Amino acid sequence: MPTAPTAPAGTLYRGREGMWSWVAHRITGVAIFFFLLVHVLDTALVRVSPGDYNDVIGTYKNPIMGLGEAGLVAAIVFHAFNGLRIILIDFWAKGPKYQRVMLWAVIGLWALTMAGFLPRHLMHVFGGGN
Amino acid sequence: MTTIAEPRAPHAGRRRGSTRGNTELAGWIFMRASGVVLIVLIFGHLFVNLWAGEGIHAIDFGFVAGKWASPFWQVWDLLMLWLAMIHGANGVRTVINDYAERDTTRHVLKGLLLFAFLVVVVLGTLVIFTFDPCPPGSPADLLPSFCTA
Repeated sequence: MPTAPTAPAGTLYRGREGMWSWVAHRITGVAIFFFLLVHVLDTALVRVSPGDYNDVIGTYKNPIMGLGEAGLVAAIVFHAFNGLRIILIDFWAKGPKYQRVMLWAVIGLWALTMAGFLPRHLMHVFGGGN
Repeated sequence: MTTIAEPRAPHAGRRRGSTRGNTELAGWIFMRASGVVLIVLIFGHLFVNLWAGEGIHAIDFGFVAGKWASPFWQVWDLLMLWLAMIHGANGVRTVINDYAERDTTRHVLKGLLLFAFLVVVVLGTLVIFTFDPCPPGSPADLLPSFCTA
Protein backbone atom coordinates (compact mmCIF):
# COMPACT_ATOMS: atom_id res chain seq x y z
CA MET A 1 0.00 0.00 0.00
CA PRO A 2 1.51 3.35 -1.05
CA THR A 3 2.25 5.73 1.80
CA ALA A 4 0.98 9.27 1.75
CA PRO A 5 3.57 11.84 0.72
CA THR A 6 5.21 13.49 3.68
CA ALA A 7 7.24 16.64 4.01
CA PRO A 8 10.75 16.10 2.66
CA ALA A 9 13.09 14.95 5.36
CA GLY A 10 16.26 16.85 6.08
CA THR A 11 19.15 16.03 3.81
CA LEU A 12 22.89 16.60 3.92
CA TYR A 13 22.11 20.09 2.63
CA ARG A 14 18.57 21.06 3.59
CA GLY A 15 18.30 22.58 7.04
CA ARG A 16 21.98 22.04 7.67
CA GLU A 17 25.09 24.23 7.81
CA GLY A 18 25.34 24.34 4.00
CA MET A 19 21.86 25.78 3.58
CA TRP A 20 21.95 28.24 6.48
CA SER A 21 25.33 29.68 5.50
CA TRP A 22 23.92 30.20 1.98
CA VAL A 23 20.84 31.97 3.40
CA ALA A 24 23.02 34.18 5.63
CA HIS A 25 25.34 34.97 2.71
CA ARG A 26 22.38 36.17 0.60
CA ILE A 27 20.76 38.24 3.36
CA THR A 28 24.03 39.93 4.37
CA GLY A 29 24.95 40.50 0.71
CA VAL A 30 21.66 42.21 -0.19
CA ALA A 31 21.76 44.32 3.00
CA ILE A 32 25.33 45.46 2.30
CA PHE A 33 24.38 46.34 -1.31
CA PHE A 34 21.54 48.63 -0.22
CA PHE A 35 23.77 50.31 2.36
CA LEU A 36 26.38 50.83 -0.38
CA LEU A 37 23.85 52.70 -2.57
CA VAL A 38 23.01 55.05 0.32
CA HIS A 39 26.66 55.40 1.34
CA VAL A 40 27.81 56.57 -2.12
CA LEU A 41 24.93 59.08 -2.21
CA ASP A 42 25.75 60.52 1.25
CA THR A 43 29.45 60.75 0.37
CA ALA A 44 28.52 62.53 -2.88
CA LEU A 45 27.35 65.45 -0.70
CA VAL A 46 31.01 66.51 -0.36
CA ARG A 47 30.46 67.84 -3.88
CA VAL A 48 27.46 69.94 -2.73
CA SER A 49 29.03 71.77 0.22
CA PRO A 50 31.11 71.00 3.33
CA GLY A 51 28.22 72.07 5.57
CA ASP A 52 25.67 69.78 3.89
CA TYR A 53 28.07 66.82 4.07
CA ASN A 54 28.78 67.43 7.76
CA ASP A 55 25.06 67.75 8.57
CA VAL A 56 24.17 64.44 6.94
CA ILE A 57 27.23 62.52 8.17
CA GLY A 58 26.42 63.92 11.64
CA THR A 59 23.29 61.76 11.70
CA TYR A 60 25.56 58.68 11.40
CA LYS A 61 27.06 59.63 14.76
CA ASN A 62 23.93 59.20 16.89
CA PRO A 63 23.68 56.04 19.02
CA ILE A 64 20.93 54.36 16.96
CA MET A 65 22.95 54.73 13.75
CA GLY A 66 26.02 53.63 15.75
CA LEU A 67 24.29 50.32 16.48
CA GLY A 68 23.30 50.09 12.81
CA GLU A 69 26.96 50.49 11.85
CA ALA A 70 27.87 47.69 14.26
CA GLY A 71 25.29 45.49 12.49
CA LEU A 72 26.63 46.53 9.10
CA VAL A 73 30.20 45.64 10.08
CA ALA A 74 28.97 42.32 11.51
CA ALA A 75 27.26 41.57 8.16
CA ILE A 76 30.34 42.58 6.13
CA VAL A 77 32.71 40.47 8.27
CA PHE A 78 30.48 37.39 7.98
CA HIS A 79 30.04 37.86 4.21
CA ALA A 80 33.82 38.29 3.82
CA PHE A 81 34.87 35.20 5.80
CA ASN A 82 32.08 33.02 4.42
CA GLY A 83 33.08 34.21 0.92
CA LEU A 84 36.58 32.84 1.56
CA ARG A 85 34.94 29.58 2.70
CA ILE A 86 32.98 29.42 -0.58
CA ILE A 87 36.21 29.94 -2.56
CA LEU A 88 37.89 27.12 -0.61
CA ILE A 89 34.89 24.82 -1.24
CA ASP A 90 35.14 25.60 -4.97
CA PHE A 91 38.89 25.45 -5.50
CA TRP A 92 40.43 23.38 -2.67
CA ALA A 93 40.17 19.65 -3.31
CA LYS A 94 39.24 18.96 0.33
CA GLY A 95 36.97 22.03 0.57
CA PRO A 96 33.63 20.20 0.22
CA LYS A 97 34.74 17.66 2.82
CA TYR A 98 35.56 20.35 5.36
CA GLN A 99 32.81 22.84 4.49
CA ARG A 100 31.03 22.30 7.81
CA VAL A 101 34.20 22.70 9.89
CA MET A 102 35.04 25.78 7.83
CA LEU A 103 31.67 27.35 8.73
CA TRP A 104 32.57 27.04 12.40
CA ALA A 105 35.96 28.58 11.60
CA VAL A 106 34.09 31.45 9.87
CA ILE A 107 31.91 31.96 12.95
CA GLY A 108 34.97 31.84 15.22
CA LEU A 109 36.91 34.38 13.11
CA TRP A 110 33.78 36.54 12.93
CA ALA A 111 33.46 36.53 16.75
CA LEU A 112 37.17 37.34 17.11
CA THR A 113 37.00 40.24 14.64
CA MET A 114 33.84 41.63 16.25
CA ALA A 115 35.48 41.34 19.70
CA GLY A 116 38.26 43.57 18.36
CA PHE A 117 35.95 46.04 16.66
CA LEU A 118 32.82 46.34 18.82
CA PRO A 119 34.22 47.66 22.15
CA ARG A 120 36.22 50.36 20.37
CA HIS A 121 33.37 51.36 18.04
CA LEU A 122 30.83 51.45 20.88
CA MET A 123 33.26 53.61 22.89
CA HIS A 124 33.40 56.02 19.94
CA VAL A 125 29.59 56.01 19.66
CA PHE A 126 28.61 56.11 23.34
CA GLY A 127 31.80 57.52 24.88
CA GLY A 128 30.72 61.06 24.06
CA GLY A 129 34.24 61.81 22.86
CA ASN A 130 34.66 65.17 21.08
CA MET B 1 9.34 7.22 -11.48
CA THR B 2 9.61 10.72 -10.09
CA THR B 3 10.07 13.53 -12.54
CA ILE B 4 12.19 16.39 -11.32
CA ALA B 5 10.61 19.74 -12.14
CA GLU B 6 12.24 22.02 -14.68
CA PRO B 7 14.38 24.75 -13.13
CA ARG B 8 12.24 27.81 -12.46
CA ALA B 9 14.76 30.10 -14.07
CA PRO B 10 14.77 29.26 -17.80
CA HIS B 11 16.41 32.65 -18.49
CA ALA B 12 19.58 31.44 -16.78
CA GLY B 13 20.85 30.53 -20.21
CA ARG B 14 20.70 27.75 -22.74
CA ARG B 15 22.56 24.61 -21.87
CA ARG B 16 25.62 24.22 -23.98
CA GLY B 17 28.16 21.49 -24.31
CA SER B 18 30.73 23.50 -22.50
CA THR B 19 30.78 26.36 -20.04
CA ARG B 20 33.89 27.82 -21.63
CA GLY B 21 33.36 31.23 -23.18
CA ASN B 22 30.19 31.64 -21.12
CA THR B 23 29.57 35.06 -19.61
CA GLU B 24 27.98 33.38 -16.57
CA LEU B 25 31.28 31.59 -15.99
CA ALA B 26 33.13 34.91 -16.24
CA GLY B 27 30.69 36.32 -13.67
CA TRP B 28 31.23 33.34 -11.38
CA ILE B 29 35.00 33.83 -11.50
CA PHE B 30 34.62 37.60 -11.08
CA MET B 31 32.60 37.14 -7.86
CA ARG B 32 35.44 35.14 -6.32
CA ALA B 33 38.34 37.28 -7.59
CA SER B 34 36.69 40.62 -6.73
CA GLY B 35 35.58 39.20 -3.37
CA VAL B 36 39.18 38.59 -2.30
CA VAL B 37 40.27 42.09 -3.39
CA LEU B 38 37.21 43.65 -1.70
CA ILE B 39 38.11 42.01 1.63
CA VAL B 40 41.42 43.92 1.58
CA LEU B 41 39.86 47.19 0.36
CA ILE B 42 36.84 47.20 2.69
CA PHE B 43 38.64 45.93 5.80
CA GLY B 44 41.24 48.68 5.20
CA HIS B 45 38.45 51.25 4.68
CA LEU B 46 36.68 50.22 7.89
CA PHE B 47 39.93 50.13 9.87
CA VAL B 48 41.00 53.64 8.84
CA ASN B 49 37.52 55.25 9.06
CA LEU B 50 35.89 53.47 12.01
CA TRP B 51 38.62 51.93 14.16
CA ALA B 52 41.71 54.15 13.98
CA GLY B 53 41.85 57.51 15.73
CA GLU B 54 38.50 58.90 16.83
CA GLY B 55 36.49 56.44 14.72
CA ILE B 56 33.17 57.65 13.38
CA HIS B 57 33.45 60.92 15.35
CA ALA B 58 36.39 62.05 13.24
CA ILE B 59 34.50 61.80 9.95
CA ASP B 60 33.61 65.17 8.45
CA PHE B 61 34.36 67.15 5.29
CA GLY B 62 37.92 67.84 6.44
CA PHE B 63 38.54 64.10 6.99
CA VAL B 64 37.36 63.19 3.48
CA ALA B 65 39.29 66.08 1.91
CA GLY B 66 42.43 65.02 3.77
CA LYS B 67 42.12 61.46 2.45
CA TRP B 68 41.36 62.42 -1.16
CA ALA B 69 44.30 64.83 -1.21
CA SER B 70 46.29 61.64 -1.73
CA PRO B 71 46.07 59.74 -5.04
CA PHE B 72 46.52 56.57 -2.98
CA TRP B 73 43.11 56.92 -1.34
CA GLN B 74 41.52 58.18 -4.58
CA VAL B 75 42.57 54.98 -6.36
CA TRP B 76 41.64 52.88 -3.29
CA ASP B 77 38.12 54.34 -3.14
CA LEU B 78 37.62 54.25 -6.92
CA LEU B 79 38.59 50.56 -7.05
CA MET B 80 36.39 49.83 -4.04
CA LEU B 81 33.42 51.66 -5.64
CA TRP B 82 33.63 49.81 -8.95
CA LEU B 83 34.41 46.34 -7.60
CA ALA B 84 31.80 46.56 -4.82
CA MET B 85 29.10 47.86 -7.18
CA ILE B 86 29.73 45.20 -9.85
CA HIS B 87 30.03 42.45 -7.21
CA GLY B 88 26.91 43.64 -5.38
CA ALA B 89 24.79 44.26 -8.49
CA ASN B 90 25.71 40.86 -9.91
CA GLY B 91 24.79 39.25 -6.59
CA VAL B 92 21.40 40.99 -6.50
CA ARG B 93 20.86 39.98 -10.16
CA THR B 94 21.30 36.36 -9.10
CA VAL B 95 18.79 36.82 -6.26
CA ILE B 96 16.25 38.43 -8.65
CA ASN B 97 16.70 35.58 -11.14
CA ASP B 98 16.06 33.09 -8.34
CA TYR B 99 12.91 34.58 -6.85
CA ALA B 100 11.14 36.73 -9.48
CA GLU B 101 9.33 34.12 -11.57
CA ARG B 102 7.19 36.36 -13.79
CA ASP B 103 9.05 37.75 -16.80
CA THR B 104 7.74 41.30 -16.31
CA THR B 105 8.61 41.38 -12.61
CA ARG B 106 12.09 40.10 -13.32
CA HIS B 107 12.73 42.53 -16.17
CA VAL B 108 11.45 45.52 -14.18
CA LEU B 109 13.57 44.61 -11.13
CA LYS B 110 16.68 44.08 -13.24
CA GLY B 111 16.00 47.36 -15.06
CA LEU B 112 15.83 49.19 -11.71
CA LEU B 113 19.01 47.43 -10.61
CA LEU B 114 20.86 48.51 -13.76
CA PHE B 115 19.59 52.09 -13.32
CA ALA B 116 20.74 52.23 -9.66
CA PHE B 117 24.08 50.69 -10.66
CA LEU B 118 24.75 53.26 -13.39
CA VAL B 119 23.67 56.25 -11.28
CA VAL B 120 25.79 55.26 -8.28
CA VAL B 121 28.91 54.27 -10.25
CA VAL B 122 28.87 57.39 -12.47
CA LEU B 123 28.07 59.72 -9.56
CA GLY B 124 30.71 58.15 -7.28
CA THR B 125 33.39 58.26 -9.99
CA LEU B 126 32.64 61.91 -10.79
CA VAL B 127 32.75 62.84 -7.10
CA ILE B 128 36.18 61.24 -6.61
CA PHE B 129 37.65 62.95 -9.69
CA THR B 130 36.00 66.39 -9.53
CA PHE B 131 36.30 66.79 -5.77
CA ASP B 132 37.53 70.21 -4.59
CA PRO B 133 38.97 70.02 -1.03
CA CYS B 134 38.84 73.82 -0.69
CA PRO B 135 35.55 75.02 -2.26
CA PRO B 136 35.57 78.85 -2.45
CA GLY B 137 33.24 80.69 -0.10
CA SER B 138 33.09 77.90 2.51
CA PRO B 139 33.69 78.60 6.21
CA ALA B 140 37.37 77.95 6.91
CA ASP B 141 36.65 75.89 10.04
CA LEU B 142 34.89 73.23 7.94
CA LEU B 143 37.82 72.87 5.54
CA PRO B 144 41.05 70.87 5.93
CA SER B 145 43.92 72.88 7.42
CA PHE B 146 45.95 72.88 4.17
CA CYS B 147 43.33 75.12 2.46
CA THR B 148 44.47 78.22 4.37
CA ALA B 149 48.18 77.52 3.87
